[in-house]
Amino acid sequence: MNDFLQIPMLQVLPFGKDIGWALLLIPLLPLAGFLLLGLFGRKHIKNSSGIIGTSLLLVSTVLSLYTAYGYFFEYGKVNGVYQKLIPLQYTWLQFSPGLSIDMGIILDPISVMMLVVVSFISLMVHIYSLAYMKGEDRFPTYYAFLGLFTFSMLGLVMASNIFQMYIFWELVGISSFLLIGYYYDRPSAVAACKKAFIVTRFADLGFLIGILILSFYAGTLDFNTLIQRLTSSSAPEFQTAVASSFLGVSALTWALVLVFIGGAGKSAMFPLHVWLPDAMEGPTPVSALIHAATMVVAGVFLVARLFPVFSMSPPALQVVSYVGVISALFAAVIACTQTDIKRVLAYSTISQIGFMMFSLGVSGSGGENGLGFTASMFHLFTHAMFKALLFLGAGAVIHFIHSNEMKDMGGLRKYLPITHITFLIACLAISGVPPFAGFFSKEEILLAAYHHNAIIYWIALITSGLTAFYMFRLYFSIFWNKEAPSPLERAGGEVHGEGGFAMMMPLVLLAVGAAVAGFIPFGNFVSSDGKLLESAFHLQFSIAPVALGLAGIFAAMWLYKKQNNKPDAIAASLNGFYKAAYHKFYMDELYLFITKKILFNLIGRPAAWFDKNVVDGMVNMTGNTTQAISEKIKGFQSGKVQQYAIYFLAGVIGLAVLFIYIWK
Amino acid sequence: MEPGLYHLLFISAALFFIGVYGFFTRRNLITMLMSVELVLNSVNLNFIAFNKYLWPNKLDGLFFSIFVIAIAAAEAAVAIAIIINLYRSHHSIDVENAEEMKF
Amino acid sequence: MLAALTLVSGALAVTTRQIFRAAIFLLFSLIGIAGLYFWMQYEFIAAVQIVVYVGGITVLIIFSIFLTQQAGELLPKEKIGRQVFSALAAFCGFALTMLQLYQHSFKQTTDQPIAPSVSNIGNQMLGVEDNGFALPFEVVSILLLAAMIGCIVIALRSKPATA
Repeated sequence: MNDFLQIPMLQVLPFGKDIGWALLLIPLLPLAGFLLLGLFGRKHIKNSSGIIGTSLLLVSTVLSLYTAYGYFFEYGKVNGVYQKLIPLQYTWLQFSPGLSIDMGIILDPISVMMLVVVSFISLMVHIYSLAYMKGEDRFPTYYAFLGLFTFSMLGLVMASNIFQMYIFWELVGISSFLLIGYYYDRPSAVAACKKAFIVTRFADLGFLIGILILSFYAGTLDFNTLIQRLTSSSAPEFQTAVASSFLGVSALTWALVLVFIGGAGKSAMFPLHVWLPDAMEGPTPVSALIHAATMVVAGVFLVARLFPVFSMSPPALQVVSYVGVISALFAAVIACTQTDIKRVLAYSTISQIGFMMFSLGVSGSGGENGLGFTASMFHLFTHAMFKALLFLGAGAVIHFIHSNEMKDMGGLRKYLPITHITFLIACLAISGVPPFAGFFSKEEILLAAYHHNAIIYWIALITSGLTAFYMFRLYFSIFWNKEAPSPLERAGGEVHGEGGFAMMMPLVLLAVGAAVAGFIPFGNFVSSDGKLLESAFHLQFSIAPVALGLAGIFAAMWLYKKQNNKPDAIAASLNGFYKAAYHKFYMDELYLFITKKILFNLIGRPAAWFDKNVVDGMVNMTGNTTQAISEKIKGFQSGKVQQYAIYFLAGVIGLAVLFIYIWK
Repeated sequence: MEPGLYHLLFISAALFFIGVYGFFTRRNLITMLMSVELVLNSVNLNFIAFNKYLWPNKLDGLFFSIFVIAIAAAEAAVAIAIIINLYRSHHSIDVENAEEMKF
Repeated sequence: MLAALTLVSGALAVTTRQIFRAAIFLLFSLIGIAGLYFWMQYEFIAAVQIVVYVGGITVLIIFSIFLTQQAGELLPKEKIGRQVFSALAAFCGFALTMLQLYQHSFKQTTDQPIAPSVSNIGNQMLGVEDNGFALPFEVVSILLLAAMIGCIVIALRSKPATA
């Protein structure tokens, strides 16, 4: 440990002594797993690669929990305020004395919380995949990719420098690409991973421009310094950022909106949400990890990290909140009509992240105003639990039935008891039924919205009712509706087991989390200014959301518990609207139109023509000209002696004239 | 007018360029050789003329001319040998037929 | 007169279309030059010219004309373009030379002239002191030897392949 301090350029600030090495190991262990399994997995350690990946991640999780315990209970708090600590910092690329890309680790409430979330959920997915992906041909590659993803996500949450976060952001994008396209021989999977990558990359352009503008005005890329300089009204950087404006909007707002665009792409907010449903082509544990619990919350995390700066620009916060709430409602409506269970869960994710986003958007900063911030982070924490649980449970169902469609399922509660119970717990949690976790987090979000913006409150209320409805629609269609699922009927009643211990254990653990996590006094740990936030419990306030949730549940039960034709009748009566919702409001078609007709034809084709004819043409012309000239010059070597002699004489006469008359 | 140096030089220059013209124009190898002999003779004339009119105290021009004649004889012999050889392979002594050494 | 003979013969030699006539015109040209040497009172050189050039080289040329069986036929007419071009080149060169000659003033030395008698020539050619030409003499003899051998080798008919 003493050697660490002597490495040049590695600046170890206070608290670096003991925890520095532990912190570094947290992301590096999965990276080691990636390298080891990626390079040697196929040939040498095919069968044990799952165990290796999982055990590396187990160590990483233990270290994260240890760090969290230490931070929240031992040294993180100074005078009642949680500090932002930087145990390790390494100056990597220095552009100018103040501006440099550093690689550092920052510890503050949200990053420590995310460490716990990411490593724990990743561990659950690793364990689950031991059974789910058994027998896959590229088993080691799968675990290698999972390790890469975990490394990137952990690096992202621990980044102390905004550019470092961007680097890990892109790495996360790559890992997601690799994992979605895991079944690369399926054209639909290939198309899906391309779409995911392109949409998020396109959003990252906004992120990059936002970074550049922010760092230009703040003069630094380091998070702490940047936040300091851009949040105090007296700082010169802040004043120039607010004073300079473009199209009537201040530069600070532009930068923040652009950064938010990057976050919106990664978090699948409207209108950049189109990649998430298609991303369900990947294996189900991957969907649990990436598209439920970790990667899609990266956008929320980004806004939370830059929240002090966001709170200085009310227009930016308004953009955040409206985009969030629109996404929530939009996705909830579509989720009511989908029949593929993974698609339902994907739209549910979009909706819930919309909740997190608008909760941040309506939040003020400091004290009681900062409730939205705490609520958003709390919802992130609990959502990770129950959404991962939902996906893994869906994976167990798919594993059993070998199909994704709801019409193939029904009455599975007899065959998959543990899955059934855990799935029910998760659905109750997401619907906001007390005393499960979702109730507490959602109630805080609605409270924050109520205090700040009435429109958003009402839309959020309606959305939470819809959430309860479609989640229980899903639940009843899988586990109740019919008496026995049709494939089993067809197969003559032959069944195989529910899935091994490796698949059930994560489900149970996550269910426990979903059940009790609500009781954690989150305000004690995470709040917008580091101070303690008393989460008040307003009983009369919670009546409305809970009542709406229960109404949704009963509506779903009435429609779906027993097999009947009431759903079809309702769908027929809402005909046009239902069809639009079923087709996801034609967003994909719109995108395809824009890219194919407009981008390709108007921009792509002329550019290609220009490149082929003008640029290549010039190069070809140079070659052709040289060849033509050389053909002409070739004539000098004709083999005719007399011609040579003539040239000789001409040369002599020319030289003689030159010397006699011209050059005296 | 008394013929003097300039006249001789005129003759030698004219003869030289007549030989050059013949060398460029003629297609037969033997006539080309004849033109070359004319050139050499003009040079000889030039030397002797300078010797007589500018440096009568030395005989260097004379000796040079003697050597030139000797060398011209040797060169004519070798040229004839080459022409005979060429005639054997091409069955023609047209210089246009001997243009294999081209691009 | 002699000059006229020389030049006209030379011109005809290079333009006539019958080879044999060209050779004869060359002969006359060489004789003309020998005559000029005689007029300049350099008898030795004139004699050498006649013996070597007229007697040797011209005969050699005539022999080669016969050997390559060219005597009877007419030479092909040259391309007009080629003729004009060469005439132009030659004329340019001639003009340039004459211009230079007339602009230059040749200075005569004032030393005592030497008579180019045979004994003087002989002494100087084989002499080894400052103005002696013994070395070039030897070199030229070796050159003549090499030329002879070379001619024989080049003109040798290649041996037919043994059966």
